[in-house]
Amino acid sequence: MARKQTSTKSKASSGGKPNGTTVADKTSGKSGLELSNVCKGYGDEWAREEVLIDLSLSILPGELTAVVGPSGCGKSALVNLIAGFELPDSGEILIDGSPVTGPGKDRLVVFQESALVPWQTAYQNVVFGPKLRRDMSPAQIKEEADKLFETVGLVEFKDKYPLQLSGGMQRRAELARAMINQPKLMIMDEPFRGLDAMSRELMQEFFLRLFEKNRRTNLFVTSEIEEAIFLADRLVVLSNKPAHVRKVIDIKLERPRDFHMLSSTQAYEYKREAMEILHEEALKGFKSTDSQSDFVEAFSTQND
Amino acid sequence: MTEAVQSAHDTSFVVKRTRLRKILDNKTLWRGIAAIILFILFWEVCSQSKVWFGIQVPWIGKIPPPSEVVVNWAEIVQHPGYWESWYLSFFRVFFGFMIAQVVGIPFGLALAVNKYFRDIFFPPFEVLRPIPPLAWVPASIIFWPTTELSIAFVTFLGAFFTIVINVLGGARTIDIQYLRAAQSMGATQWDLFRKIILPGTLPSIFTGAAVGMGITWEVVLAAEMISGGGQQSGGGLGFFIWSSYMGGSMAQVIVGMISIGIAGYVSSSLIRYVGFLSMPWRRLF
Repeated sequence: MARKQTSTKSKASSGGKPNGTTVADKTSGKSGLELSNVCKGYGDEWAREEVLIDLSLSILPGELTAVVGPSGCGKSALVNLIAGFELPDSGEILIDGSPVTGPGKDRLVVFQESALVPWQTAYQNVVFGPKLRRDMSPAQIKEEADKLFETVGLVEFKDKYPLQLSGGMQRRAELARAMINQPKLMIMDEPFRGLDAMSRELMQEFFLRLFEKNRRTNLFVTSEIEEAIFLADRLVVLSNKPAHVRKVIDIKLERPRDFHMLSSTQAYEYKREAMEILHEEALKGFKSTDSQSDFVEAFSTQND
Repeated sequence: MTEAVQSAHDTSFVVKRTRLRKILDNKTLWRGIAAIILFILFWEVCSQSKVWFGIQVPWIGKIPPPSEVVVNWAEIVQHPGYWESWYLSFFRVFFGFMIAQVVGIPFGLALAVNKYFRDIFFPPFEVLRPIPPLAWVPASIIFWPTTELSIAFVTFLGAFFTIVINVLGGARTIDIQYLRAAQSMGATQWDLFRKIILPGTLPSIFTGAAVGMGITWEVVLAAEMISGGGQQSGGGLGFFIWSSYMGGSMAQVIVGMISIGIAGYVSSSLIRYVGFLSMPWRRLF
């Protein structure tokens, strides 16, 4: 495996620190990810909107990296690039040292809104991937799926259609669907958005238990700073659009975690630090308002 | 568990009875029946008001009352020609409709999934679409060797454009996240088509079919009025209305109209039922 030294430090990142870490580690089926100087923009020249500029970031194997940023800053664009749905205009995205050229089963995305297909039952949705690829025997698929339904607590609901499940159940079914494919990197794009506060908390705890058991590399994009601190090993704070890394905060809360840790001074300190940057960036977003702002906003929501 | 099964077996008679009760308790059903009865009563009174009260109600007063229509109908059903009209119209509708489905669904899907195909075929399709099917009748009579074929062709056109537009629209509005999720799990292009695009378009396919079926009935009757009843082809319900009108029997015209209403209702119920069977995930609500 190519061991790549990260020499690039994002130009504009004032508080960012250089990540001199190597990221190739395949010993436990966990992957590292390396983004260097990634740029991405949308639209033709006359309506060009740069979304990511010189974004450099490394995601370490077996770690949960949470990404937060002001709303509309390009977090979803980042997810699309890493998942391979879109390609960067310039810069490099390396997974275990090899460049990302398209979607692949080594990187699975859990989306903002449920992407369970409504015409398949929860069970059919979960076994969709392995059944297509035929890389597991039918008996193996069934065993794995049953185990996962047990894990996510949906055994009685596996023959229901997604529309018959509550929001929280859908999210859990989706987690099961992602996990059966044993991705080396799990990308979660605001996966708990839209859940009520109670189910959201339950899902966070549930997800945390799963993560702490397997420690698969995870990229967790969110707009909730507390959620990020609660879950993450490292917290990446993005700037306002065009986005680059403003700061990487190591979250040194001990594991296994529980909600009480969020009220510790340490957690409070992390939160204060991140909020300060986010506030500053959000203000910049307001200042850059000009006659085109409505158009720009419409465009960014379209691409988000 | 076994106990529950046992008791369910014992009470199956009761279950059936409660099902009947459910139908009898169905307010929607009773409202529908009441509405139809009220409508018929209103019609009867208006049509008869000149005889009964000496006042002619405008418009409706000129139409024969339902009692006369029923008497007329009772007589007509004894003629095999009436049933032959039913058969002929049904045959033409389903013939044109089926071909429109067989050609229209793949065509619509191809337009949806392939950009090149869409670039080439969508503009001519859009130019032809607004032309009313009936405007095709003269050209169709010249082009096709038999009258039957020209009627079938016009019927086909009536359903075809609606079906294609619905399939295309349905396939294009499938949430891109379904496709992306499937793609990242290793789905090939063919898998995407078979597992995501096709089932995702199914509701639109049935909407298109239901609307297309309605248009097919409209078209087939108009086509029969124009070209039906010749030596080559038999009448059909459309021609039945036309010849009744020519013969001056208004009651018979109304018999023909109601026959078409029933035929159309039966056809669209059939489509809805097939849709109900083939889309289990839509039966939830």
